[in-house]
Amino acid sequence: MITLTHFLIVGACLFSIGLYAVMARRNAIMVLVGIELMINAAVLNLVAFGRYDSEHYGGQAFALFAIVLAAASVAVALAIILNVYRHYKTINPEDINHLKD
Amino acid sequence: MQALVFYAFSAIAIGSAVVLVSMQNMARALFLFFIVLFSVAGLYVFALADFVAITQILIYVGGVLVLMLFAFMLSNKTLLDQLQRGTSHFFALPVWQALLISACFLAILVYASLQLGTFQPAWMVAAEAAGTTIGPADSTVNHIGIHLMTRYLLPFEVVSILLMMALVGAAHLTRKEANP
Repeated sequence: MITLTHFLIVGACLFSIGLYAVMARRNAIMVLVGIELMINAAVLNLVAFGRYDSEHYGGQAFALFAIVLAAASVAVALAIILNVYRHYKTINPEDINHLKD
Repeated sequence: MQALVFYAFSAIAIGSAVVLVSMQNMARALFLFFIVLFSVAGLYVFALADFVAITQILIYVGGVLVLMLFAFMLSNKTLLDQLQRGTSHFFALPVWQALLISACFLAILVYASLQLGTFQPAWMVAAEAAGTTIGPADSTVNHIGIHLMTRYLLPFEVVSILLMMALVGAAHLTRKEANP
């Protein structure tokens, strides 16, 4: 029998891995992948809790909204990363330290 | 049998995520991200959310991952730069500190999840008593469609406007510079 705790622990592992990627990687695209992993863990938790709500389907509906918001944020973030690359010729977050040229 | 498949999906998801964050080659890392997304979609099916799983595959694998591959190929020079190690700043901590922080976070989250097994929230107990949990035989797509158009109409419209703003903003950011 698969209980809620199983989902929560898998979500916790994915979230921590995403957090590690955000803090340790020196590449803006990998940082973005880490953020996506964290969003996926959150959506997994939403869906797992949503199993207990067959009246309003709140968990699954808001999981859909979260997926859509993640897709929108990825589009904007990648546009920003490409602009930064065009300007600095690198996407290492450590080298990007000017607000204005 | 069901539990076995669940464990297999979670092992694939967590294992490839761990390899993903420790990999230097970014193209391979992105394709591992593909595998992570697919197995997380499988986990959604186990939580009886088949429509969310299909949406995950359509949007993430079909849209987000292709976008990321494009961005990776348009900024390819960083593959060479990645081997260099810079000094530490707040945003990119040295690896062991990041490892320590994520391990502490994982410990807290797992502890809280294990607590949930003994102390269930009242609304979950009430839902189980009233029998209003989602069963394997329920048609979730039907219900989600009805609820999106009635109960969750306002968030739905707000999300659609935000999507349009993100589209316009992304197109604005990546346009070629006009002559000043």
